[in-house]
Amino acid sequence: MGTVASARAETPTGRSILIDVPDWPGNIAGQHVDVRLTAPDGYQATRSYSLASSGPEPRLQLAVDRLPDGEVSPYLVDDLLPGDMLELRGPLGGWFVWKESQTEPVQLIAGGSGVVPLVAMIRAHAASGSTAPMQLLYSVRTPDDRFFADELEKLDTVTYAYTRTEGGGRLTRDALEAAVLPVGAAVFVCGPTGFVEAVASWLVDLGHDAGRIKTERFGGA
Amino acid sequence: MSIFTRGFSGRKRDENPALPPGQYLTEDFPVLSAGPTPNIHQDSWEFTITTETGQVHRWNWEQFMALPSEDIHTDIHCVTRWSKLGTTWRGVSLDTLFADVETNYGYVMEHAYGRYTTNVPYEDLRDGKAWIAHTFEGKPLDPEHGGPARLLVPHLYFWKSAKWITGLTMMKDDEPGFWEQNGYHIYGDPWKEQRYW
Repeated sequence: MGTVASARAETPTGRSILIDVPDWPGNIAGQHVDVRLTAPDGYQATRSYSLASSGPEPRLQLAVDRLPDGEVSPYLVDDLLPGDMLELRGPLGGWFVWKESQTEPVQLIAGGSGVVPLVAMIRAHAASGSTAPMQLLYSVRTPDDRFFADELEKLDTVTYAYTRTEGGGRLTRDALEAAVLPVGAAVFVCGPTGFVEAVASWLVDLGHDAGRIKTERFGGA
Repeated sequence: MSIFTRGFSGRKRDENPALPPGQYLTEDFPVLSAGPTPNIHQDSWEFTITTETGQVHRWNWEQFMALPSEDIHTDIHCVTRWSKLGTTWRGVSLDTLFADVETNYGYVMEHAYGRYTTNVPYEDLRDGKAWIAHTFEGKPLDPEHGGPARLLVPHLYFWKSAKWITGLTMMKDDEPGFWEQNGYHIYGDPWKEQRYW
């Protein structure tokens, strides 16, 4: 059980939320929580959200994008207020994670709100003082659609691909190749399924070993 | 302990007894793989069953497709909480594939192209409960969804239905496969909400 400390609009449809969870056991970068909402008549809806935070701090950060026909995301983005209590379960997930014991170069590739677990990895990497290269390729519609824009702007390891701006357009295989670390890096790809599917198959075409590419897909056909 | 979430009323669209606890209905077919979709060629495709004596039963694509296939109409439930009702498949029953297999072991490890594995009790694959499926909604199974062939064992959470199946190995004990080592339940019964450790 957590208490919402604060919330901030990140994009026109997205929000980051800070939650105090006194008995939080800590989490690794990339893990997620299940958030459960309960209506007065007992109806419940549970959805998973990646954490942007990691480590032992009992203050977690989520970031949520409002889905047009969503059941939980509209509540979290539009209705949730500081002081509200939120039922959470976690941390969950042992696969799509980055630990400071990993010393190889890391390429992060995000589509939209898929950047959230990757921001957790960037933060953990910085906090650990690791000198292994870690860079992010972030694909969003326009600059206004970036989560954690201020924070990411301070880094020189982020490349943006804007798909709906003039001169922009859907990410291509060539643009991907130009933006990512060479074969041999550990790769994390996160975002909508269509995006992840395209990016992962291009990476394999470019010679990246499938075994070094971890994917997390946000549903959809 | 359940508390009420201030201001949440929900849409209550999912009062469907066919939905296991904690699941919501989707018309989509989400893809949630841990890595890239493998590219598998039918001419090199192979399915094997390996027993405790080391005996290997083997089928190539032609041999596999020559076996009798069945129409399957079933609900599927993903541990990430989506359920899809009334899905249609075509596949070869594991009862057919195991017809000449002799084993005394009680557990099976499913192996997929790539590194994916998942474990299941042998009895959960027999008596009309499981198939190697090659067709979905009347069309060849899409690679994204496990094509050319995936295991289909719909009474368990769908991570137990390994995509891109290539073989089954008999095991004496119930050893955890990929997701089972990464936080997920060893058995995975959706009606008991056996999601995590």
